[in-house]
Amino acid sequence: MRLILDIALTHISGRGRQTIVAMLGVAVGVGFSIAMAALMQGGQDDFVRQLVDTMPHVQVSDEQRTARRQPAEDLFDAAAISGLRPRDDRRGIINPTAALSWLDGWVPGRFAATLKAQGVIRYSGQEVGAAVIGIDPQAEPRVSPIIEDFKAGSFAALAAGGNNVVIGDTMASRLGAKLGDTITAVSSEGLSRRFKIVGLFHTGTTARDEGEAYVLQKSAQILSARPNAINEINIKLDDPNAAPAVARRIEAELGYKAVAWQEANESILEALVVRNVIMYTVVAAIMLVAGFGIFNIISTITHEKARDIAIMKSLGFTETDMRILFVLEGVAIATAGTLLGWALGFAMIYALSLVRFELAATGQEMTRLPIAWSMLHYLIAAAFALGSAAVAGYLPARRAARANPVDIIRGAT
Amino acid sequence: MSTLIETRDLTRILNETIPVTLVKDISLTIGEREFVAVTGPSGSGKSSLLYLLGLLDRPTGGMITIGGRDTERMDEDERAATRLANIGFVFQFHFLLPEFTARENVEIPMRKLGRLNRSEMRERASGLLAALGLADHLDKRPDQLSGGQRQRVAVARALANDPPLILADEPTGSLDSSSSEQVFKILETLVREQGRTVVAVTHDLDMASRMDRRLSLIDGRLVLYSDDGDPKGTLA
Repeated sequence: MRLILDIALTHISGRGRQTIVAMLGVAVGVGFSIAMAALMQGGQDDFVRQLVDTMPHVQVSDEQRTARRQPAEDLFDAAAISGLRPRDDRRGIINPTAALSWLDGWVPGRFAATLKAQGVIRYSGQEVGAAVIGIDPQAEPRVSPIIEDFKAGSFAALAAGGNNVVIGDTMASRLGAKLGDTITAVSSEGLSRRFKIVGLFHTGTTARDEGEAYVLQKSAQILSARPNAINEINIKLDDPNAAPAVARRIEAELGYKAVAWQEANESILEALVVRNVIMYTVVAAIMLVAGFGIFNIISTITHEKARDIAIMKSLGFTETDMRILFVLEGVAIATAGTLLGWALGFAMIYALSLVRFELAATGQEMTRLPIAWSMLHYLIAAAFALGSAAVAGYLPARRAARANPVDIIRGAT
Repeated sequence: MSTLIETRDLTRILNETIPVTLVKDISLTIGEREFVAVTGPSGSGKSSLLYLLGLLDRPTGGMITIGGRDTERMDEDERAATRLANIGFVFQFHFLLPEFTARENVEIPMRKLGRLNRSEMRERASGLLAALGLADHLDKRPDQLSGGQRQRVAVARALANDPPLILADEPTGSLDSSSSEQVFKILETLVREQGRTVVAVTHDLDMASRMDRRLSLIDGRLVLYSDDGDPKGTLA
C-alpha cells in the first residue's frame, strides 16, 4: 500500500498546476460549505434559543386535549349523549397547591403559577385589549422571559403595593401612559380595577409588548372574580430538551394539557429540518462540482499514464492495485483540498463573526451574525469532499484498471 | 535440461469485426537455461507469442504451462503474482516510470513483492544497476539517461525479483549497434552465468544466430528449420 501511495503522490505532484486547481476547487467547496453551515446552524440555534428563552419550556394550562368523558359513558357500553348543558364551571387548575407541590418534588427546573385573564386596559380615553396576567413576584422572575427586558421598574415593584401593574412600552405608548400613571383594567366579567404603572418592559415581541399586563396574582383573581384560581403553570427546565418527557408526565398525572416548547413550535422546527435538508443539498452540490475537478484530473492522469498502467501490470500489479492507485490520487487531492478548505472555512467564519451591524428595524442595538462553531460541519464537509473524490477517482480508475496492457504496449511501440 | 515453458496448440485470435489471427497452433517447449530467439517478419506474431508466454494476454485456444503449472486455470491475480515473481519483461522501449529514479524503478517490483526490507531492496537495486554499468546513475531519472542506459535499467528492473524467465521484446530494437551489443551480452550473461531462461524477440538474424535456438514465425505459425538453417515448412 505504501508503494501505491508513493506512486500516487508522485503522479499528482508531477502535475503541479492541475493538482493545485483541483485542490483549490475542493478547498473552496469545503470552505464555503463550512461557512454556510456555520451561518445557517448559527441562525437556527439563535432562533431556537430565542424560542426557548422567550417561552416556557412546558406550559400547563387548565385545558384538556380531549373532551371530558361523561359519567354515563363510563358506566354503560353504549350511551348517546346530546344537548349537554355544562354547569357553571369556572375554569382553572383544580387544587393548585397540591399540583404545585407535586411538581416541586421532581421537576428538574423552576416553575411559576399564573392566572391569565383577557381584558381591556384603559387610560385617558384610549383602550387596548390585553392579557392581564396575575403573577407571584417572587416565583415569576425565575421563569419569565421578560425579566431581562425591563426599561423601568421590575416585577419586584409589583409587590410594593396591591394595585400595581407592569406593562409593555408599546402598550404604554398606545395608551399615552407613562411610569407612575394609573390605568384601568376591565375584565371580561365586567369588573374593573385601577392600577399604577410601576414597570415598563420591551422584549421586541410586539404581541407581548403591546398585549400583556402583569399584576399581582391576587389582583388578577379579584379582577376576574376567581378567588384562589390559577390557570397556567409555566415551567423552565434545566435541560430544554427534556420538555416533551416532562410534559407527558405532567399531562398523565394532572390530566391538564401540558405543551412542550417543541410541540408549540412544531411547524417552525419542521421548517428548520427542511432548511437543513436544503443546506446539505447545496453542500452536496458544491462538492459535486469540486468532484468534477477531481474527475477531470484523474481522467487526465489515467489517460496520460496509460503506458505506465500497462508497465505496472506487466510487472505484476493487479487491477485492484490500479484502481486503488487512482482512487488514492483523487482522495489525496481531496484530503489536501479539505485541509486547506478547513483553514479557509475557519478564516471565513472568524471574519463573519467580527461583522457587527445595527438592526435596521429598531436601530437600538449592534448585533453580530449568529455563528455556530461546530466540528461536525468540518467533518461533514470533509466527508462530502472525500466521498465525491473517491467516486470521481474510482470511475476513471476502474476504466484504467480494466485496460489491456498488451493493447497499450502495442500502441506505444 | 528440464522444461520451463510448454505450449500446446497455442492460438490467439482477436475477435474483431474481421477476426485476426495473431498466433495459430503453436506447440513448443523451452527449457531452463535456454537462450531462445523468436524471429519473423513484422506482423508474424512474435510479440503476441511473447505476451502470451508472459501471461499478459490470454490465448483463445491451446494451453501454456510455466514451471509445470497450467496457466489457464489461473485467475488474473494469480497471473499477476506469477509475472511479479517469475517473469521479467524487457520491452523494445525502456518503459521506465518517468517520475522515479533508476534505482526507484528497479525497487518497484521488489517493493510490490515485499520479500526484502527497505535497505535490502536498496542494496539489491544498487547492485543490479552497478553490475550493468550504471553505478554512477542510480539517482538519475530516465530522462537524464541515454537510450542504452535506460534499456539497461529496464533489464535491471526485469531482474529485480530474481525471476527464472526473462522475456525480451526486441530489447535492442531502439538502440545503436554499440548499445545493442552491450544489452545482448547482458542477456547472454543472464543465461550463461546466472542460469536464467531468456526468450527474446528480435529482427536481428545475426543476433538470433548467436542464441541457443531460433523460433521463427510466419503468419502466426511456427516455422520448422532444417539443420542447415533453411525453413522447411510450418507446423500444423
